[in-house]
Amino acid sequence: MIEAKSLTRSFGLIKAADSVSFKVEKGDILGFLGPNGAGKSTTMRMLTGYITPSSGDTFIDGDSVSRNPLKTKTKTGYLSETSPLYSDMTVTEFLDFCAETRGFKGRQKKLKRDEAIEKCFIKDVASQQIHTLSKGYRQRVSFAQSILHDPQYLILDEPTDGLDPNQKNEVREMIKSMSHEKGIILSTHILEEAIAVCSRAVIISNGRLIEDSTPEELMKKDPDYGCINLKIDYSRCEKNISELIKATEGVKDFKLETAEKQSRYSPVKIYPDIKSPTSVSQLMGRLEKNLSSSGCEINSIAVDQGDLTKVFQLLTSN
Amino acid sequence: MNRSLNVIKAIFKREFLSYFNSSIAYVVLIIFIVMQGFFTFYVSGLYESNQADLSPFFSWHPWIFLFLVPSVTMKLFSDEKRTGTIELLMTLPVTAAEIVTAKFLAAWLFTSISIVLTFPVVLTVMYLGNPDMGAVISGYFGSIILAGAFTSIGIFASSITKSQVISFLTAVCICIFLILAGHTPVTEVFSSFSPDWIVNLVSEMSFLTHFKAMTKGVLDFRDIFYYFSVIIFMLTANTVIINTGRN
Repeated sequence: MIEAKSLTRSFGLIKAADSVSFKVEKGDILGFLGPNGAGKSTTMRMLTGYITPSSGDTFIDGDSVSRNPLKTKTKTGYLSETSPLYSDMTVTEFLDFCAETRGFKGRQKKLKRDEAIEKCFIKDVASQQIHTLSKGYRQRVSFAQSILHDPQYLILDEPTDGLDPNQKNEVREMIKSMSHEKGIILSTHILEEAIAVCSRAVIISNGRLIEDSTPEELMKKDPDYGCINLKIDYSRCEKNISELIKATEGVKDFKLETAEKQSRYSPVKIYPDIKSPTSVSQLMGRLEKNLSSSGCEINSIAVDQGDLTKVFQLLTSN
Repeated sequence: MNRSLNVIKAIFKREFLSYFNSSIAYVVLIIFIVMQGFFTFYVSGLYESNQADLSPFFSWHPWIFLFLVPSVTMKLFSDEKRTGTIELLMTLPVTAAEIVTAKFLAAWLFTSISIVLTFPVVLTVMYLGNPDMGAVISGYFGSIILAGAFTSIGIFASSITKSQVISFLTAVCICIFLILAGHTPVTEVFSSFSPDWIVNLVSEMSFLTHFKAMTKGVLDFRDIFYYFSVIIFMLTANTVIINTGRN
């Protein structure tokens, strides 16, 4: 388990991280969410022992990172935000170097290196010098370096930053496949990534940890969670749409929104009286009946699952 | 212990080979060899002196090292800070002392190789006359240790800044001070405001004084001890800088 206890770090007068505490067990994928400058990278650098906290400490399987740097660093793999690499080396030379510093020699070193190259799909560029690689490949080499020694914990700072959609997907699948035996912390400001990959999420804002939950629970904080989103063409409706909706039983309030360009369907948000799944589903049925029987064309009707972006904005903008 | 040696070996190998990956190695080697040839033969007139004595050759070494060693060491930490690879290095299971030691050894080996590659001068003198080989060997020994001291200062200067230029200039300044420590310009500065014992202490730190004896064939333990003290002091200071850089 990685346990961060009240990690605080100031740079002069600025408090980059303020008493950040959380735990990560093996099998967790913890998402670090937060706006730029919130303190995510600073916190990760404290976890890996790159910078020392002004106060507080991190414990990895009970060992303190500040007092046992060598022992704790062997258990972690770190992908930095800037994915720093030695540009004058080839990919193979670089990974050999990383393997050697981690104590691998001879045949075992080659094995580990080749395994990491395979897993990260960098075999094609293995003999190329790093300064010739594109951003995507550099990121993958950095990733390879972090998993080479099969660490129990991975700390990944924006691992899909700058990658194209295919590469983003590959990296996410890789992370998910590794999560079973590892504890993984990854920071991102792509919220769909948090939903797709993470089993837990924390939100950091202005150096403070303001939420520690799961992506699903966070989405429930959206005030529109549990609402019904309609996409409807009411141009040929016999009656007034507002009256139709008001007349439907179980509707607390509703909002008519303007249609997107080129679309004849206008979005309508309906806030139900009771947000329980059964009553919402019954309300949906009644709405469908009322609206279509009056000539309205329903394009889609669905229950709002919560927008993490909105929750994020609500929690972090002040 | 084993772990430490493996780590030092890995970082040493990387650093040493990186000299040859860029043009640094080749430029420095060529300039060093050409310069020492120029100074020995044209400025000191080794051939005209008609003596099979290599002190004209060795006496230029501190002055050539003054500029060439900082140019070799200036990138050692500055580059890592600038490119961000220091973050990679410091999150690997290695200690600051191991990093400093490995980089120092790589730079020292490189400068030692450049020194040894001047052996054609010795062959020339051996062909023309009968030099005291003992003096030649102790001269090379002293030169290599002197280079070690310069290297330790250079790598220290590299660790305090991201800029290679500042690193170079800082190293040159410290080295000039130590070369001239026992001589009038520096002693004058100190005698104007310090008591005698400080002036004497500063004079004792002169690189030149300690080096001269070795070029004459005298290997005094105290001179060797002095240079190694400089090396150890500088490397320790360097390790402290690297460790406190995390705070």
